Amino acid sequence: MSSNRQLTVSRAISEAIAQEMRVDPSVFVMGEDIGTYGGIFGATGGLLAEFGEERVRDTPIAETGFIGAGVGAAMAGMRPIVELMFVDFFGVCMDAIYNLAAKNVYFSGGNCKVPLVIMTATGGGYCDAGQHSQTLHATFAHLPGLKVVAPSNAYDAKGLMAAAIRDDSPVMFMFHKGLQGLAWMASPEEAATAVPEESYTLPFGQARVVRSGKDVTLVALSMMVHRAMEAAAALEKQGIEAEVIDLRTLVPLDRETVLKSVAKTGRLVVVDEDYRSFGLTAEIVASIAEEDPRLLKAPPRRLAVPDVPIPYSRPMEQFVLPNAETIAAAARATLGKAA
Amino acid sequence: MPDKAQFLWIYEAMEKARYYEDTMAAVYMEGKQPKFDIGAGPVPGEMHLSAGQEPCAAAVCVHLRPDDTVTATHRPHHAAIAKGVDLKKMTAEIFGKKAGLAGGRGGHMHLLDPAVNFACSGIIAQGAGPAVGAALAAKLKGSDAVAVSYVGEGAANQGGFHEALNLAGLWKLPVIFVIEDNAWGISVPKSKSTAVPGNAVRAAGYAMPGHHVADNDTLALFEIAEEAVARARRGEGPSLIEVETYRYYGHFQGDPELYRPKGEVEALKAKDPIVRFRKSMLESGVTAEEADAVLARAKREVDEAFAFARAADYPAPEEALTHVFA
Repeated sequence: MSSNRQLTVSRAISEAIAQEMRVDPSVFVMGEDIGTYGGIFGATGGLLAEFGEERVRDTPIAETGFIGAGVGAAMAGMRPIVELMFVDFFGVCMDAIYNLAAKNVYFSGGNCKVPLVIMTATGGGYCDAGQHSQTLHATFAHLPGLKVVAPSNAYDAKGLMAAAIRDDSPVMFMFHKGLQGLAWMASPEEAATAVPEESYTLPFGQARVVRSGKDVTLVALSMMVHRAMEAAAALEKQGIEAEVIDLRTLVPLDRETVLKSVAKTGRLVVVDEDYRSFGLTAEIVASIAEEDPRLLKAPPRRLAVPDVPIPYSRPMEQFVLPNAETIAAAARATLGKAA
Repeated sequence: MPDKAQFLWIYEAMEKARYYEDTMAAVYMEGKQPKFDIGAGPVPGEMHLSAGQEPCAAAVCVHLRPDDTVTATHRPHHAAIAKGVDLKKMTAEIFGKKAGLAGGRGGHMHLLDPAVNFACSGIIAQGAGPAVGAALAAKLKGSDAVAVSYVGEGAANQGGFHEALNLAGLWKLPVIFVIEDNAWGISVPKSKSTAVPGNAVRAAGYAMPGHHVADNDTLALFEIAEEAVARARRGEGPSLIEVETYRYYGHFQGDPELYRPKGEVEALKAKDPIVRFRKSMLESGVTAEEADAVLARAKREVDEAFAFARAADYPAPEEALTHVFA
């Protein structure tokens, strides 16, 4: 037995899919390069060999068609997992996502189900420029009818993927390229975790307190959880105890865990790799403001991409992405300490 | 047949592009060994090289003027070179330097040079619509300028491609759609992505002539493109040209290419289009000395561009915040 077996996020995702496919013949996968290649980011590795071309279908480069087909197949009783290679490519298929997948349950008064998983790669930091580096969390979380998942580690990825496949509503499963544990892209060691071999699900809408602290709350998800943890380690050396919360899902959003933490610390820093305005960071701060602004002993801080496209050149890209230093500085600022 | 000047122009553009890509392939690996990390080195990020596809660029762009528009793909260097994009600024952009076309904001998939009406994009088939728009603008302005839209054979299955063809056919716009059919959409061969054996037939659905160029034949493409461009300038409407071309490198540098049959690339290289073209050129009366002189010039220009890019400064980090709006 290997209860301490370590898996990368990419292996955890493909294992969750394989386990669901074994027990449920309605589950199938389609997308670009998901068969022979195993997914550009490894999320479908090994599936073609086990399940064959009928259930693991390489598609043409035709997202409007095959994501629309995912909607139709889901409404016809299947449980498709469709990969949108980079989330940045959503522009060519957004109608199928937001006008069909997201709305057909509602348009049917609940009489139709749309058990579709759209799995997609997010994130930058490796100089891939503005059409291949976005996270776009809020773009999808903004639209009613879509559940939105963004795991930070392998254990969560497996459980959340299994839950996504079994969900009767459409789920955007947004994995970060830089957490996948690929041979060709740097990934934090902490993203690869012990993963049980047996199948399990994790509920949506339950944040995880990754680290407890009494002085300041750092709220993040996906890659930014790791950056926040680095910041917390640096802050600890300066005598500041940061609490780090991994939201794990944007929709549903676990506001309770954030409120509880802020009630304890009185200070809040929200970190997101998405664009700053009209996004997750504002949503979290608004949640506090609506519930009880007196919980905050200092103005909250938001760290996100400052409303510019992701630049290609390394110094500019690193400048726009939140990092451990900028997170730690923001945390100190909430405590009235010099950056 | 090309005249002597055209022969030499095409040859120089193809050799320049080939040497550029082979140089880039080596530079790209700097800082990525022994452990390959896509984000490391002086040229990080995805890198899509066009070696083997040079005829598609040179044999078409030889017929173009600076006021004609080209929209290229995520694999754009050969087309940018043939369209006359400033090589130093382009290379500096790919190095992420301040002296680059966009000051380092765009990188290799986002080369925009309004001086020669060149643009490219990393989203498949999404150059086709803008090419139609450039052609529409030319028509509205009373110009006889044309637009060339490059797409891969994989892009010919995208909605954006078909919508653009229909618009161009409907409005009889001066567009030449060039499909660079290198047979692979990353790992998916055309036979597994496309319902018809070839894409030239798809032109019939959009009221335009569809041409097929077999086996990366530069001279055949030269003739077909010459007529397509002339037809567009005469106001007779768009054309579709499908070119069977070769992809020597992987989809991106670092692609393990486990999907690719062994020996395929070697077999393609054995019939290299530049070698074949040079032979035809010499048979037409161009001397080896003349050919070697343009070859040397092409390589020198590439070497100078890389030296310029290496020596150039990085942008200040805060420059990321500028040029969001016009």
